Amino acid sequence: MATEAAQIDVHAHDDHHDHHEQSFIEKYIFSTDHKTIAKQFLITGIFWAIIGAAMSAIFRLQLGFPEADLGWLRPLLGRWITETGQLDQEFYLALVTMHGTIMVFFVLTAGLSGTFSNFLIPLQIGARDMASGFMNMLSYWFFFVSGVLMFISLFLETGPASGGWVVYPPLSAIQTAMPGSGMGMTLWLIAMVFFIASSLLGGINYITTVINLRTKGMTFSRLPLTIWAFFLTAVIGVLSFPVLFAAALLLVFDRSFGTSFYLSEIYIQGEALSNVGGSPILYQHLFWFLGHPEVYIVLLPALGITSEIIATNSRKPIFGYKAMIVSMLGITFLSFIVWAHHMFVSGLNPFLGSIFMFLTLIIAVPSAVKVFNYLTTLWKGNIVFTPAMLFSIGLVSVFISGGITGIFLGNSAIDIQLHDTYFVVAHFHLVMGAASAFGLLAGVYHWFPKMFGRMMDAKLGYIHFWLTFIGIYSVFFPMHYIGIAGFPRRYYSFTNFDAFSGFTDLNQFISIAAIATFIGQFIFLFNFFYSMYRGRKAPANPWKSNTLEWTTPRNPGHGNWEGEIPHVYRWPYDYSKPGAEDDFIPQTVPFSETMDSNLPHENDLIALEKEQAEEIVVDESAGH
Amino acid sequence: MVEDYKLVDVPVEQPLSMHPKKFALWLFIVTVVMIFAAFTSAHIVRQADGNWLVYDIPPMLWITSGIILTSSIFMQWAYIAAKRDKLEQVKLALSITTILGLVFLYGQFQAWGQLVDAGVFFVGNPAGSFMYVFTGIHAAHLISGVIYLLYMLISSFKYKVHAKNMLNMDMCTTYWHFLGGLWIYLFIFLLLNH
Repeated sequence: MATEAAQIDVHAHDDHHDHHEQSFIEKYIFSTDHKTIAKQFLITGIFWAIIGAAMSAIFRLQLGFPEADLGWLRPLLGRWITETGQLDQEFYLALVTMHGTIMVFFVLTAGLSGTFSNFLIPLQIGARDMASGFMNMLSYWFFFVSGVLMFISLFLETGPASGGWVVYPPLSAIQTAMPGSGMGMTLWLIAMVFFIASSLLGGINYITTVINLRTKGMTFSRLPLTIWAFFLTAVIGVLSFPVLFAAALLLVFDRSFGTSFYLSEIYIQGEALSNVGGSPILYQHLFWFLGHPEVYIVLLPALGITSEIIATNSRKPIFGYKAMIVSMLGITFLSFIVWAHHMFVSGLNPFLGSIFMFLTLIIAVPSAVKVFNYLTTLWKGNIVFTPAMLFSIGLVSVFISGGITGIFLGNSAIDIQLHDTYFVVAHFHLVMGAASAFGLLAGVYHWFPKMFGRMMDAKLGYIHFWLTFIGIYSVFFPMHYIGIAGFPRRYYSFTNFDAFSGFTDLNQFISIAAIATFIGQFIFLFNFFYSMYRGRKAPANPWKSNTLEWTTPRNPGHGNWEGEIPHVYRWPYDYSKPGAEDDFIPQTVPFSETMDSNLPHENDLIALEKEQAEEIVVDESAGH
Repeated sequence: MVEDYKLVDVPVEQPLSMHPKKFALWLFIVTVVMIFAAFTSAHIVRQADGNWLVYDIPPMLWITSGIILTSSIFMQWAYIAAKRDKLEQVKLALSITTILGLVFLYGQFQAWGQLVDAGVFFVGNPAGSFMYVFTGIHAAHLISGVIYLLYMLISSFKYKVHAKNMLNMDMCTTYWHFLGGLWIYLFIFLLLNH
């Protein structure tokens, strides 16, 4: 087939790749094909999502049913279950820490960006592959090594890192601070170094590909919003991950070489440590300079995926395409100048606090613009409720309810009461956790046909959606009340304080909802793996979408298009255009073929198209 | 089903005239800039807190700064020579640049010795620790630059560096100038803030 493809190829150059049988290893393991690498990221992300979610189910058991006998978990957790059948207190902290680390970095950064940036960037901009397939492969395998190290740390006798996913010193800097601060923390740091390298390799590749390898006619104003989102995500990553690297490096020096960047005047059992002159606040500044942009690294790809899916399934052009781009640019810029709102109660100068509060609240503006545009795109559309569409609408919903509480938390005065309570947990799980996870799931449902050439089962998708949607709200909505009441996050027990014993019922409800939601995800897993082999075969363009990936063969090989790369003549959102034959016009259709539906300024572009077509003919004759 | 189509296209129209690899190199440079932006801003923030050890910059650093600047001149010479296909000059200039790079690294190591003699250690007041971190992490990047130079040097002895094969030479030159510039920035920063 490939040799045929080479023959029909009008650009038959001498330097093309001859078809050769790839070995299994070349094809599926050390592949440089962006589509295979995307699937590797997705499968690894799913693996980590199961572990991360299972951890939350276990610590929710402890929080909801502190008296219950968890002895039946001993085969899995061994000595982490105490003799009386309770969860070990140190292990509880480890679980919370690893849940956060895994979900933020491995699932919602690598699993989301890694999957969809890799898969969609070349396919939607019309490129054969990433700018550097080798770097892309390296990016996955660095991530894999990082994952292996983190996985090993779960099985250490002293447990994995336990100081919270933010690993603040001194808990993370003094090896004897808590069991997890020893080997577990060391492995955490090494794993993160690999992870940062992986993210940077990926990000550099994404940016280069979007800038250098767009097909003819694919101007920035014709890019699908998914690509805009992935592009800006990569920009944020390239600017912020090196700072985390710097922070982690100084932490390594403090831990292993005895420097005092973050440590000062600490007494352990009456003995003073030798570290003098450091500042733990310095770590917080460095960490949150990555940490806050990281929120948008997680969120923007989900928002981009949602834009695409909502426009396609509303059969309407996206409302405010330019406003969407400008608001994403705004979010990108603002994400770097709000980090200190995580540190309002760290002794930050209150005047500085009010500046960061002001900057933080400004983010509400671009976010609200995006929400408004999603809703107006849906307005009076011929909505097709595919599972992907449901998850996208679900994303808009959780993004609103989680975003509103962000306005409370952004206030430095209110933050004094709410800081480090379950209110914060509820806020970020809705606006960043659930929203991004919904984006990830929506993306999988939407692009599964392109990834595996088969359709996922829609009915199971609907069941999965409603379970997840109702589950997510049941878990996180009540948490706001517990947070307002002042219960701090990361605490092992609710029942030690009289003030909080009134919330036992609510906590049981949350735990039951969380575990039910977790179990509900197995419907998705079954659907995913079953459909991969047994699903209905996918048509070429199942969602009647405009973007370029649907012009490839059902199972595209390495190189994506058999013949010439298609040219692009229009933006990707010509849905339900008045006068058009169909309710969608793919990006590859020239204006000269759609005379009935063209707007006046588009008719002017026809002359330009003809010029371009002539140029190509000239190029071809020059090439032979 | 999975097979290779044509992977190499001669682009009809390049959206950007810069080669993708060189563009990727610039992005890598951005990440290195961000690492040192983080270090130097941490230095400023920490210094503002007080309890700061004031010490003299090792005199060796003046010499190494001169060496790295000189090496950039030779690098540029190699680049221009390659562009004009003067292959013998390319070999010579690249060799000198590489040697100067190694001498620079040795000089930085000597500077650490001078620091130790002056009683400024890696472990102790963060003022000294920062000094070691700046020079150490910069040296780590410079080693990567020397490795790149060695690669170019070997290529040049195989006559693979010439006017029609300038991509790697171009990238190597950019990277080396960047590493030199980065050191000069760090040196001036340390002079002003030590």
